[in-house]
Amino acid sequence: MTTVDSATLLKIHDLMVKNRLLEERLITMFKQNQGFFWIGGPGEEAFNIPLGLQVKKGHGLDYDYLHLHYRSSGILMAMGMDPMDAIRQMKNSALDPHSGGRNFAGHFSMRKWNVAPITSPIEVQYLVAIGTAIAQRDHGGTGITIVNGGDAGTAEGDFASCLVWASRPKQELPMLIIVTNNEWGISTSAKTQHGEKHIADRGNAFGIKTQVINGNDVNESFAAIQEAMHYVRTQRKPFLLEAKVSRLYGHSSASGGMFNPNEEDPLPLLQKKLIAANLLSAEAIETLRAKYEEELRLLADQVKTEPQPDPHSIYDFTYWQQQGKYW
Amino acid sequence: MATIAQAIRMALHYGEENLQLAHVFGEDVGLPLGGVFTATQGLKTAWNSPLDERGIIGAAIGLAMAGKRCVAEIQFCDYIFNAIDLLKLAGNTCWSTNGDWNLPMTVMTPVGSGIRGSLYHSHSFDAMMTHIPGWKIVIPSNPKDTYGLLISCLKELNPTMFLMPKAMMYLGGDELIPGEPASGLKALIDKPVDKAAAENWQPQWPPELTDYSVEIGKGKIVREGTDITVVSYGRTLPLCAKAADQLSQEGIKAEVIDLRSLWPYDWELISKSILKTQCVLYVNEDTEVTNFGEHLIRRTVDEFFYNLSAPPKLLAGAFIPGVGLAHSLEMASVPQLNNIVEAIRSVIASKV
Repeated sequence: MTTVDSATLLKIHDLMVKNRLLEERLITMFKQNQGFFWIGGPGEEAFNIPLGLQVKKGHGLDYDYLHLHYRSSGILMAMGMDPMDAIRQMKNSALDPHSGGRNFAGHFSMRKWNVAPITSPIEVQYLVAIGTAIAQRDHGGTGITIVNGGDAGTAEGDFASCLVWASRPKQELPMLIIVTNNEWGISTSAKTQHGEKHIADRGNAFGIKTQVINGNDVNESFAAIQEAMHYVRTQRKPFLLEAKVSRLYGHSSASGGMFNPNEEDPLPLLQKKLIAANLLSAEAIETLRAKYEEELRLLADQVKTEPQPDPHSIYDFTYWQQQGKYW
Repeated sequence: MATIAQAIRMALHYGEENLQLAHVFGEDVGLPLGGVFTATQGLKTAWNSPLDERGIIGAAIGLAMAGKRCVAEIQFCDYIFNAIDLLKLAGNTCWSTNGDWNLPMTVMTPVGSGIRGSLYHSHSFDAMMTHIPGWKIVIPSNPKDTYGLLISCLKELNPTMFLMPKAMMYLGGDELIPGEPASGLKALIDKPVDKAAAENWQPQWPPELTDYSVEIGKGKIVREGTDITVVSYGRTLPLCAKAADQLSQEGIKAEVIDLRSLWPYDWELISKSILKTQCVLYVNEDTEVTNFGEHLIRRTVDEFFYNLSAPPKLLAGAFIPGVGLAHSLEMASVPQLNNIVEAIRSVIASKV
């Protein structure tokens, strides 16, 4: 297995802290009535940050297309997303570049980086991903399609559709199919709904290469993503990667947005390793945390000064480049 | 004269050659069948998909995101209902991203009754589809408009829904499509039925096809009149024209409008006609409750209440779960010529 070098580990740690504090700031904003609804991915950082760092970022067929779900802020932050834009979406600011104040927190869209709009209906992204993957199969090169979603959503037929379309004989798709398995669907335990040992096992029936990993381990995640991506980029075939992750603050603000101490937290796990390896001190970690906490608090203050969307804009962009009432 | 199926084929061929149409796909769309109505025979970009309507619409959205123009077919609109949320997704993608993404994609699907198709080959889709913002929706009633509307769909930068009245797929029209040879089209572009002849068959596409387009949102007056406005589309449109011809012998002058586009629709054309005739009958074959014609009536009442000399009327399909198979059941379930004639007479009789 690839060993992640120290510099990369420190970079991952930095982004994990920043991403965790962003999500915690968004939860705080919800609790302060500075946003109507929160949903996000605290607890998935050890997988999502290494994923985002390895994306071939750009626009067009030569770069990776991302079809993500609403726990993916870590991926985009690792790609360089400005945390202020996530805060803007939380506050439904008119300056929210992802949706102009129209969509929930965590529902990002970044065409400039091939990031398809994140939707509330789960699993539809596994269908839309088929299309970009077909285009990239025809195009060649090393750009791939990456799709992720949770474990509960794999009960939808759309997940099976993705496996079928990705593995059609002699027409295989260059697609990295990811399931982040936190073992919950809102309040329903996966153990009560899934008879398969691993979700990834379902790929075997289609001849799709699969792997199940501990997504709370940075080294394991980084290496598995690297190998899976290399396979998809070079073989132009699908790979199904299941990562076991945590859900640290419940499903969403609808379930309270409270920290769940029964879930394994990947951040202190990494920090213990970094301290043991003399790569970081407890003081340095605390300094880092305080720095990002303050930065994000200031951004949350700043967003309060931004305008809310103009009510006259409700018809805008129903069609491409259209503004104003269209009928 | 070309049939509607041949017109679709020729427009898609033109799109492949001139409009960067890169994928035509769906169930049985590619070889060997070329579509259950032969509408995709001989096309170089046509391919068969898995039997998966949700996958088909999802793939179309993704191809559009990747900049690849495509036409995705749902074999019968009766089987599109499990993909409604994906149609909503396609329709809200530009809006939900505040104008970041647009989806140049076309979905085509056969609609309506007329082939004795029973419960699941007779559905209409205009009422459901016009409830989904963000799409442009067209439905031709003759081969020339079929070609022109499909070319417009292939040039459009938003999702387009091309509804094909299935009862008319093999019917010819009164006018040649620009570039269509005056005779012999069948021998050029229809795949031979004979197996041996079909094996190495290649279409001989008419070389003079053009980008003849029918602007989306523009209807057409197919019969001029001063006594009543009749607005229809798809399968019931020629029946309305026939009814107008029949009633003209009784001195009733009906103006018949082929709407052609359901969204956006040609309200200006309808308005002018209503102001002239002071009464209107809307005709379509979708079920009558929350029917698209009900929206048109609402707008008619809102804007022209004091200009009307008779209550506006909708003639539509019965509000029942399906169209029954038996001839007697189908004829009683969706508007036929005699129903349209009677409806026109009743509106005119109610004029004050």
